[in-house]
Amino acid sequence: MGAAPASRDVTSYGMGLAAPLALFFLLFFVAPLLQLLWLSLHNDTAGLHWGLGQYLHFLTDPFSLGVLGSTLLLGAEVTAVCLVLGFPIAWLYQRVGPKLQTIIILIVLLPLLTSVVVRTFAWIVILGRQGIINATLQSLGVIDTPLKLLYTQFGVVIALAQVQMPLMTLPLITALGRIDPNFDDASCSLGAGSWRTFFRIVLPLSLPGVIAGCTLTYAAAITAFITQSLIGGGQMLFMPMYLYQQASTLQNWPFASAISIIFLLAVLAVVSVFTTLGRMSRGYGGA
Amino acid sequence: MADAPNGRSLVVDAVTHRYPSGALAVENINLDVKGGEIIALLGPSGCGKTTLLRIIAGFIAQTQGRIIIGDDIVDALPPNKRAVGIVFQNYALFPHLSISENVAYGLAARGIDKAARQREAQRLLELVQLPTMAERLPRQLSGGQQQRVALARALAIKPSILLLDEPFAALDKNLRLDMQIEVKRLQRVSGITTLIVTHDQEEALSMADRVAVLSHGKLEQFGSPSDVYDRPQTLFVNTFVGSTNRMPGVVVSADRTAAKVRLDAGAEIIARPVGGALSEGGRVTVCIRPEHLQFVGDETGFAGVVGMSLPLGATVVHEVTTADGSGVKVSQARIGETRALENGAAVRLAPLAPSLANAFPATL
Repeated sequence: MGAAPASRDVTSYGMGLAAPLALFFLLFFVAPLLQLLWLSLHNDTAGLHWGLGQYLHFLTDPFSLGVLGSTLLLGAEVTAVCLVLGFPIAWLYQRVGPKLQTIIILIVLLPLLTSVVVRTFAWIVILGRQGIINATLQSLGVIDTPLKLLYTQFGVVIALAQVQMPLMTLPLITALGRIDPNFDDASCSLGAGSWRTFFRIVLPLSLPGVIAGCTLTYAAAITAFITQSLIGGGQMLFMPMYLYQQASTLQNWPFASAISIIFLLAVLAVVSVFTTLGRMSRGYGGA
Repeated sequence: MADAPNGRSLVVDAVTHRYPSGALAVENINLDVKGGEIIALLGPSGCGKTTLLRIIAGFIAQTQGRIIIGDDIVDALPPNKRAVGIVFQNYALFPHLSISENVAYGLAARGIDKAARQREAQRLLELVQLPTMAERLPRQLSGGQQQRVALARALAIKPSILLLDEPFAALDKNLRLDMQIEVKRLQRVSGITTLIVTHDQEEALSMADRVAVLSHGKLEQFGSPSDVYDRPQTLFVNTFVGSTNRMPGVVVSADRTAAKVRLDAGAEIIARPVGGALSEGGRVTVCIRPEHLQFVGDETGFAGVVGMSLPLGATVVHEVTTADGSGVKVSQARIGETRALENGAAVRLAPLAPSLANAFPATL
């Protein structure tokens, strides 16, 4: 949704219409954010002494840095899984008849129509010690003792990938739909096989969708408090839960604020890398 | 390889294609194209010409029949192994690759090294008269330039057959003529057997050595432009190619070479029977082109009343209403003495010669 550089008076109309939303954001997003920043710049919980102590604490504490690192890694893993699984679905969607398209879009959207909590509990049922996977494998005699699936990084990645999949698939479907089907035929008639066509034509031309999908999936995956906590359990700690513990359990508001700000900056950094890539690939868009 | 890559023959042998729904797309098409020929597949939209093109290219596997290029039956080959060059209607230039990369794309797919493919791309760009555009992107080029690039890209793989899908439809009229000349020049230079799919009869008649007219998936006629125009084998060809007057009538007497027909408009004329023997008393449709009708002074022709005269530059077209109420068009060369006919003038009309009136058995 790039803002079109229109003539001056059109722009001013746009600004006027955006005012209510801008006010809303100012009151309920920017103001709390500034309060958060203000809080984080205090060295004591009472908020009396100014200083950068909270940030220093976080950045010199291996445990905190570990939590940040594993959260960013989790996002990367979930994004990778979503991309690898989502791309074929999106590709398929553009090549089947309208009936199958309806079925695919239904399957893709289904996770969005059920509550995150319900979906996450479903994963607990699937991954648990006596869950569907372990029970099946045991009854088939593949394994003797149940595999540990729940409360592992693997479990969290799989569950998050399923939960966030629509955020990847929908932009991909849109991007692939914009590619002229003649490009496939042209590439093929020039002697290229399917893989060359995919890597030289389809993938480069779908990059705007890939980047949009990755940005959305990544941002959603690293901030997914419920799924991370329920599937990860007590042993796996990610930034949202760490933040929650510091704020609610330990009542250390300045440190929690510093964590938020650092987390926010880390996410912004990753997202801006994606956006820069997106801007570079935008040249591919129009025909 | 024994034969040269250029100028290979193409045989479409009894090709039938049925859509999954069961509907026939093309039915029993037979075409025998000599190496180096330009063939036009002409027909209205939905006649199956694009389906036939996609079958030859290998994008569609026909239900029945064979495609033979040179000495090889290519039915089992996928499109990327057929060495058939295609220029798409919208050119389908890869928007993210430079002009040079577009032209070299097929060479890269063949594993030719970078330096050699750049040389070849440059040579082809010179051939299509765009030597300075190599580093640009497709969207920075005009429609005509994009089409030249699409041609260069298709020619780069040294195709045995070149397929052009409505190649000039997206160009404006002046540019279209330039590109038609350009394509014909390139085809002469390269000697590549070429198939042009088009719905534009002028394009087909002017570009092609032979024209295949298709309607509803069937081949109506396959012959030289003058065959198709002057000796149409079916009513469809007669009406689709060029303009014509359709005049209903009844056969008075007929043999194999001539039929005497009593037109509903009045008057008996001699016409050439087409498409099988005509039986006496049977209804026929007689087709006479506007330029093959003349005004006569005696009582031989049929009567009519002039409705409107349109001066179209070199010719004048008169709209004449006949006795049975149907309208016919008469085209007259505009020479010095041609006087404008007044609205409402009573005239008599007759075909220039019996061979220029075609009688087809009436289908309805």
